[in-house]
Amino acid sequence: MTPAATLHAADEPDGLVLEADGDWLMVTAAQLDRQLQALDLPQGRRVTVDLGRVGRLDTTGAWLVLRTEHVLATRGNSVVIANLRPSLQPVLDQVRETGHVEPLPHPIPAHHTLVGFVARIGEITLNLIHRAYRILGFTGVVSESLARAIFHPGRLRRTAILVQMERSGLDAMPITGLLSFLIGIVIAYQGADQLRRFGAEIYNVNLLGVGILRELGVLMSAIVIAGRSGSAFTAEIGTMEVNEEIDALRTLGLDPIEVLVLPRLLGLVLTLPLIVFFVDFTGLVGGALMCWAALGINFQAFLNQLQSAVSSWTMWIGVIKAPFFALIISMVGCYEGFNVTRSAESVGRLTTQSVVEAIFLVIVADAAFSIVFSVLGI
Amino acid sequence: MAADGDDIVIRVHGLVNRFGEQTIHDGVDLEVRRGEVIGIVGGSGTGKSVLLRTVVGLNRPAAGSIDVLGCDIVNTTDRERRDVERRWGVLFQDGALFSSLTVAQNIQVPIKEHLRLPVRLMDEIAASKVGLVRLPESAADKFPSQLSGGMRKRAGLARALALDPEILFLDEPTAGLDPIAAADFDHLIRDLKASLGLTVFLVTHDLDSLFAICDRVAVLVDKKVRVDTLEALLRDNHPWIHSYFHGPRGRAALAAEAVREEAEGAPVSH
Repeated sequence: MTPAATLHAADEPDGLVLEADGDWLMVTAAQLDRQLQALDLPQGRRVTVDLGRVGRLDTTGAWLVLRTEHVLATRGNSVVIANLRPSLQPVLDQVRETGHVEPLPHPIPAHHTLVGFVARIGEITLNLIHRAYRILGFTGVVSESLARAIFHPGRLRRTAILVQMERSGLDAMPITGLLSFLIGIVIAYQGADQLRRFGAEIYNVNLLGVGILRELGVLMSAIVIAGRSGSAFTAEIGTMEVNEEIDALRTLGLDPIEVLVLPRLLGLVLTLPLIVFFVDFTGLVGGALMCWAALGINFQAFLNQLQSAVSSWTMWIGVIKAPFFALIISMVGCYEGFNVTRSAESVGRLTTQSVVEAIFLVIVADAAFSIVFSVLGI
Repeated sequence: MAADGDDIVIRVHGLVNRFGEQTIHDGVDLEVRRGEVIGIVGGSGTGKSVLLRTVVGLNRPAAGSIDVLGCDIVNTTDRERRDVERRWGVLFQDGALFSSLTVAQNIQVPIKEHLRLPVRLMDEIAASKVGLVRLPESAADKFPSQLSGGMRKRAGLARALALDPEILFLDEPTAGLDPIAAADFDHLIRDLKASLGLTVFLVTHDLDSLFAICDRVAVLVDKKVRVDTLEALLRDNHPWIHSYFHGPRGRAALAAEAVREEAEGAPVSH
């Protein structure tokens, strides 16, 4: 049975009597609220709120009683609450003790207005400038630490670097290799379809060679590594920040940059070129397989054409970019990790941000490289 | 809200909890009466929090039966569970407030889920709950990360009380609070229990809380539970129970309670 509550107003000679009946609970609050709103409230009279027939009362019901009392009192009535069962009195007293509270305002989110929109753009711009400044600062701190490590190679943590190389390099080989193999197949297949119309099937090999070696191999490796290792850097360092481990390092006289950032940075800078080389290889294998299957270009012919199409420089142009991309990924990953505040939520947010930023910056850098190379005529 | 002694709201019988090879509870029997504050104590790793989680249905026991407010928690339909969930509130150790919502929105989560109320009324209810747990009004539109530990617990309590529950489950409510805040929190629980007629299931490490607010205490020892009043447990000569209550901290809490009693002129248990 659903509880019911009613309110009845009776005009008596010595004042208005509000008779409450039933269960004044949260479940009945909606109907009570409606009845209370509908009441035609008097001014400057004597009002008795008769709670004699209230069966049950919870804090919401008590709140409604007190709100009614408050509203009546502000209209200049003298209010008496009467006949409440003694067993229900404590609830009313408890709620009364908290005092009268105004409902919480529902502020309109600021950016829903035009001014808010403009303000938001300004805020974002300022944040961006502030961030750029801070990233510059972080780069400075890391460079300093790196310089110190170069002059005192004994300070470098070789084991940590090797562990990072294993985790972000060796462990990433299956996924990067498989992806690039599949990309090789896809490109070869699409190329074959287009080039066949011109009878230029053999140039599919050029397309593959130049495409994968110069651009796709390194770009794809960087993107996968940004998702795999960049996010891991942020999450690891961020979690340490949450657990106060970074502060613990500092109090133990250890430099967090040297202990946490340098191994990750150096590990990735050393490994990413190797990954790119491996990815180039598997991509070409995938392409060769497709050329043979779709165009009937056998392996011998593929290699001959590849040799005439690309020089070792083509590959180096791709591989040279790798350390720079590695630098971007590890710097962004570590920087965002240190940005974590002491809440678990910020770890998740910054990890996402770090991946997006790293991929964005890698592609921007790749575009910059393209311009530089074309100016240099490479 | 003095209830007659026979009104049992939580009935745990023959409870067994195992994690892998490790048995945490082996035949726990516990009955909680309406309107009492029962304190659950025990050493680290004896499964105090596990017991609480099992009673509220977050952890499925290996064996045994649990009955809360007439609902068989272990084998129940979702519908029955929802109904009984409305009638209890749980405060987790650090409040477990939803971090993306403000305090007021946190309080409104269970209300929105179970009832259909006008927005303005819901805002009023949230504000009154904020007042009920003695939080300043300004805390209502803050996010959990902007609050201190003590305020987060109060906000968590406000959310647990949102639906005016009959039973309140508290998991170490005073852990991590400074002694003043802890004492205030104990005081608040005692007040709310008295005025709202709550039954309180209190997992705690805090001897002061035990002495200040518990009617009975359940001690988890030897994978079982021993329930009694504090006076009786103080005389118990089980080695762990003895060293728990008669260690330096136990004695200090006992002395403090004696002072408090003298000041207030009220006995601990009723």
